[in-house]
Amino acid sequence: MSPEVETVIAILVATLRAGTPLVFAALGELVTEKSGVLNLGIEGMMLIGAVAGFIATVLTGSPVAGVVFAMLAGTLVSLLFGFLTLTLLTNQVATGLALTIFGIGLSAFVGLGYIGTPIQGLPPLAVPLLGEIPVLGPLVFGHDPLFYLSLALFAAVAWFLARTRAGLVLRAVGESHEAAHAIGYPVIAIRYLAVMFGGAMSGLAGAYLSLVYTPQWTENMTAGRGWIALALVVFATWRPARVLLGAYLFGGITIVGLHIQAAGFEASAHLLAMLPYLATILVLVLISRDTTRIRLNAPAALGKPFHPDA
Amino acid sequence: MTVSKLPLRLFAALSAAVLLAAAGPAAAEPIKVGFVYVSPIGDAGWTYQHELGRRHLEAALGDEVETSYVESVPEGADAERVIREFAAGGYDLVFTTSFGYMNPTIKVAKRFPEVAFEHATGYKRAENVGTYLARFYEGRYLTGLVAGKMTKSNTVGYVAAFPIPEVVRGINAFTIGLRSVNPAGQVKVVWVSSWYDPGKEREAAETLIAQGADVITQHTDSTAPVQAAEEKGVYAIGYHSDMSKYGPTAHLTASTHNWSGHYLASAKAVLDGSWAPQDLWGGIKDGMVELAPFGPAVPAEVRSLVEAKKAEIAAGTLHPFQGPVRDQSGALRVAEGSTLSDPDMLGFDWYVEGVLGKLPK
Repeated sequence: MSPEVETVIAILVATLRAGTPLVFAALGELVTEKSGVLNLGIEGMMLIGAVAGFIATVLTGSPVAGVVFAMLAGTLVSLLFGFLTLTLLTNQVATGLALTIFGIGLSAFVGLGYIGTPIQGLPPLAVPLLGEIPVLGPLVFGHDPLFYLSLALFAAVAWFLARTRAGLVLRAVGESHEAAHAIGYPVIAIRYLAVMFGGAMSGLAGAYLSLVYTPQWTENMTAGRGWIALALVVFATWRPARVLLGAYLFGGITIVGLHIQAAGFEASAHLLAMLPYLATILVLVLISRDTTRIRLNAPAALGKPFHPDA
Repeated sequence: MTVSKLPLRLFAALSAAVLLAAAGPAAAEPIKVGFVYVSPIGDAGWTYQHELGRRHLEAALGDEVETSYVESVPEGADAERVIREFAAGGYDLVFTTSFGYMNPTIKVAKRFPEVAFEHATGYKRAENVGTYLARFYEGRYLTGLVAGKMTKSNTVGYVAAFPIPEVVRGINAFTIGLRSVNPAGQVKVVWVSSWYDPGKEREAAETLIAQGADVITQHTDSTAPVQAAEEKGVYAIGYHSDMSKYGPTAHLTASTHNWSGHYLASAKAVLDGSWAPQDLWGGIKDGMVELAPFGPAVPAEVRSLVEAKKAEIAAGTLHPFQGPVRDQSGALRVAEGSTLSDPDMLGFDWYVEGVLGKLPK
């Protein structure tokens, strides 16, 4: 295999890996927002997922248990968010921001004793024979199990929202909670479920960072990825396929930028650092510039509190 | 109550005794030393090294000193608040350990002339504000020697944060060390535009490895590059702290900072009243720059070479930037027989020969 082909494979594999945590978090937020709830606490939930997954892995020795615990922990903190915003009707924006700050602090506190603990992270699947096929092997079969899970979850979310009755009800709740309530759907219960799904997915995104991407726990290790996931949902105009595209685009341009630098091309490092943000926003805005479709996709009741008796 | 003569004398004697007794404990009252950290302490990195210095200070002075710290203090308004709280809280000596604390430190120091301040890495000083910095480049030069001896592909990867003189100086010293033992050696630099982003640092390291680097070093805060090197089966050289825990076989050594001696000396100076602001730029000679223990992969011959060069730097007979030093175009920047001056080193905006790519401006 020529070095050029190897470089391209390295870039593609790294792109998929860099995009995966964004895919998890953004898909979760997409479902939450489709139900009409805006949760700005992704970053905090990711950190709690990351630390919970890490600690569970240290204690049980099993990264699979770590992944499960990360999802549980993410769900748990999202329930707190749900209780505040759905039951107590607090402001969703303020509560979400508070959740992020809370998550940063709590994860740092809980994880204090685990900084620098070595763990065996989730290894890539070693598929015999198929994994050794040149080019195709590393691209298709060489990833970690969570990457395949992210694709499965993408398909499930896309199918659920577009093709199932339950998905239709969820979208109806996000469009007009009064109408959904009048027809007799349990608006608050449905929103709770959507918020919990978002929490579990953020937890999973966190676990990907602390168990696969860089198998270690350090404070604030998400480094802003929760916010990028949040932006992806909006710029992808609430469509799963575009979220996926945006996540890989962002990851890909970051990786290509690193390769351009390492290859010694004359390019400004500052420009390259900016490029992923710029290009991702530009592409998503361009492919979604049809304003009628944006209005159709944007959940009309997003961020609005609902009380059945009001 | 009237006071007769005898009790008056007694009273005078008593008060003298009380005064003397009071003077005793007053002298033994501990001085209070505060530390302001820019990031969480963690178990490796810039702040961790300062924390080791603080712990050393406590252990060495015992009852004579009382220390406390505030971690993760953002550079800006928050920093001023934290520094002011230390000063107003009766602290005698305050160390502010990040470049961005410079203006807040100067500002607070003006209001509290009786408190001694020491600011790391800054250039503004005052009657009660000193600065301290380490000659990190001396450690970089030594780790460059190790990299030059260990690389087989003659390509070393450097994961760097931002193109500022401090980082460029490290890259240049490392490259000079590398090429002094391996003239074919080259350094590839990737800027990640962040001091701390484990994910991106890891990707940068993997990128460099994919492009042929078989030794990875870094000027960022996380241990992710060392971890990536360990996974990919290449060597790693850490920075700030000993990072061998994250790469037991990959980790060759690390250029580390040791503030213990300086913190102890400053606290002692405050204790005996001799403290005065200084502009300290200490290196290997002062014990401020050290190397982490060598990893198992480093052969004895390399170890003794590095130790010998280290002794030469400490003795002042070797300077990493002693001529001839050429830049990337091959032009002679430092003539044979002379060394780069401190101001020139502090303003580095060019790469030496052997660094690939162009320095972003």
